Amino acid sequence: MNRPLSAEGFEAQASSRAQNSALLNIRSVAKTFGKHAVLHNISLDVAEGEFLTILGESGSGKTTLLRIIAGFEHATSGEVWMGGERLDLLPPYKRRVNTVFQNYALFPHLSVEENVAYGPRVAKTPAGEIRTRVDEALAKVRMQQYAKYLPSTISGGQQQRVALARALVNRPRLLLLDEPLSALDANLRRQMQIELKTLQREVGITFIFVTHDQEEAMVMSDRIALLHAGELEQVAAPAEIYSRPATAYAAQFIGHTNLLEGEVQAGVARCQDLSWQVKLPDGPVSFSLRPECIRLAHAVSAQNAVYFRARVVDYAFHGASELVRVEASHGHTMTVRTSSHGKLRGEAELEFDPADAVPVRRPK
Amino acid sequence: MGLLVNAITYNRAPKLLAAYAALVFAFLYLPIVVLIVYSFNGHGVGGFPPRDLTLDWYRQLFTDDAIWASVVNSLVVAIASVCIALALGIPAGLALDRANFPGKGIFRRLVLLPLVLPGIITGLSLLLLFREADVRLSLVTVILGHGTALISIATTEVFAGLQKLDRAHEEASLDLGATYWQTFWRVTLPNLKLSIIGAALLIFTLSMDEIAVSFFLIGRDNTLPLEIWGRLRRGITPEINAISTLIFVFSLLAIIVWYRLRMRAEAVDNELLV
Repeated sequence: MNRPLSAEGFEAQASSRAQNSALLNIRSVAKTFGKHAVLHNISLDVAEGEFLTILGESGSGKTTLLRIIAGFEHATSGEVWMGGERLDLLPPYKRRVNTVFQNYALFPHLSVEENVAYGPRVAKTPAGEIRTRVDEALAKVRMQQYAKYLPSTISGGQQQRVALARALVNRPRLLLLDEPLSALDANLRRQMQIELKTLQREVGITFIFVTHDQEEAMVMSDRIALLHAGELEQVAAPAEIYSRPATAYAAQFIGHTNLLEGEVQAGVARCQDLSWQVKLPDGPVSFSLRPECIRLAHAVSAQNAVYFRARVVDYAFHGASELVRVEASHGHTMTVRTSSHGKLRGEAELEFDPADAVPVRRPK
Repeated sequence: MGLLVNAITYNRAPKLLAAYAALVFAFLYLPIVVLIVYSFNGHGVGGFPPRDLTLDWYRQLFTDDAIWASVVNSLVVAIASVCIALALGIPAGLALDRANFPGKGIFRRLVLLPLVLPGIITGLSLLLLFREADVRLSLVTVILGHGTALISIATTEVFAGLQKLDRAHEEASLDLGATYWQTFWRVTLPNLKLSIIGAALLIFTLSMDEIAVSFFLIGRDNTLPLEIWGRLRRGITPEINAISTLIFVFSLLAIIVWYRLRMRAEAVDNELLV
C-alpha cells in the first residue's frame, strides 16, 4: 500500500480531475499588503459546475483570494484565468463573476425587486426581459411576495436570498459566496446549507464558497481547499480530506484527531511504545489517527492491530457518540470516539488498525 | 454617570434648576421675542408696553422696493453659493474619503480652514485679490466669497456621509456590472442624498445672513443683511423688526426641515444596523 506522504500528491490528483473541464485557473497567485504577505503562491483549478469551498480560519487569506477573483484586489504576482481568458486584468464589472457578500450589501435605497434588477438594468437589458428574469430569480429563492419591500424591512435570511437572486439573475459563469451564512442562527444556517447546495445543482453554476466553518464545508462542498496562513494545505473532496489529511494542520482543523509523533526505521514506525510496520522512508514522522479508529480490543481482532492499555481521564457527550480522553500506558493522551451506549470508563485495552494511522506533513 | 448626576441634582433642587433654565432661555430668546412683538407695535419701536397691535409695518415692508431687491439679491447669492460650494465640496469630500495622495493631511486642513477663519480675513483677502486682478465688486464677487468660504461645509457633510456609507454597496454595484461612473450615480450619490441636502440647507442659511465677507465684497447691490445694517445707521424702524421676524420664521422652517431629514437619515441607519 503506497500512500503519498505529501499534499502535492493529492493536489495533483484533484487538479487532474478538474483539468478536464476547468473553468477557473488560479496560477501562482501571491498577495502582499505592504510588508505583510497574505497569500503565497496559490495554484488552484476549479471545474465547471463544481461546488468548491475555500476553508480557513480568519486571517488565512481566504477572503483576499475571493476578492482577487472578484476583481476588488489585484494579485501581487500570478494570474487568474477563466474559460481560457485572462481574468485578473479585467475590471470587476467586466467579469462574468458575481458575488454574494458577507453582509449581503443590498442597496438600502432600492426595493428587493430593484436590487435584483440592478445587474440587468446596467447591462441595458430590454425592460420586458428584465421583468421576466427578475421574477424568475425571485421565484427561485421564494421571495416573490417581498418584491416591493426595502431590504431594511426583511429578515437576515430573506436578505440572504435576495442577495443570491441578485447575483444569479446575471447568469454568471462563477458565483462567489463570502461567508454568506455566518450571520444566520444555527438552525436557519443548516437549512440554508442544504438549500444552497440544491440550488447549485439546479442552476449548474460553479460556486466558490468561503467559510471558516469546517462542518459547513464538509456538508456542502464537492471539494474543499484548505487555506492556512496564506498557503493551501490540501485540496480534496470532504471525505478524502477527512480520512486522508495531508498535513497535521488539515487533520486537526477538520474534525478531531490524535497526532502521533515518532520515527520510521527500516520499515517500522515507532511512536513511544507503539510500533507497527509501514512503507515509508526512514526519518521523523507524524501520524493522524481519528478518534473513531480506536476501539476496544477484542479477543478476535485483526492480527496486525496495535494494542495499548489506557485509563479514562475525561469524557464529553456528543449525542450519538462520546469523545473520551484517555491516558495511554505509553504516556500519550489520546481521544477515542465511542458509541454513547459503549460507556468506556476506568481502564481498558484499546487497539487500532495501522492502516488508519495516516502519515501527515508537519509544518516546516 | 452624567445621567446619574443630573438625576441627583434634579431631585435635590428641582426649583432652583428650573429657575436657572428659565433664566438661560430668557437670555437666549427674550431679545428675539421683543423683536417679534415690536414688529406688531402700533407705536413703532418706542414705548412700553407695546400697544395698538398692527400689521402696518408688514404692509409698509411689502411696498418697500429696496428691501425686496435686497431679498432677491440675497436669494441669488445664496443659491449660487450653494451651487459653487457643492460643486467643489462634493469632489473634495470624495477625495478625502477615497483617494490617497501625497499631502492629503495638509489638503484636509486647508479645505477646513475657511470654517475656522474669521470672515473678516476671508473678506479682506478676497477684496485685495479682486483689487489686484482689477475685478469690479458686485454680487458676483460676493457669490465667489460665500462660495469659497462655505465649501468646507459641503466637504465635511459629504465626508461624514461617505464615512457612514458601506463600501460593500459600491463593490456590489461593480460586481453586478456597473462601471465606476454608473456606480457613483446609482449607488453613491443616492445614499449621499441626505448629506447633500443637509449641506445645501446649511450653506443657504449661512449665506443668507452672512455679513463679514459680504461687507468687503459688496458692489452697488445690497444683500438683505447689509440693507438692514445700512438702515440701522439711520435709526431703528419697525419695518426692520418686521423683516427680521420673517427671516426668523423662515430660518425656523429651514431648521425644522433639516432636523427632520437628519432624523430620517438616522432612522435609516438604525434599521440597517438591526
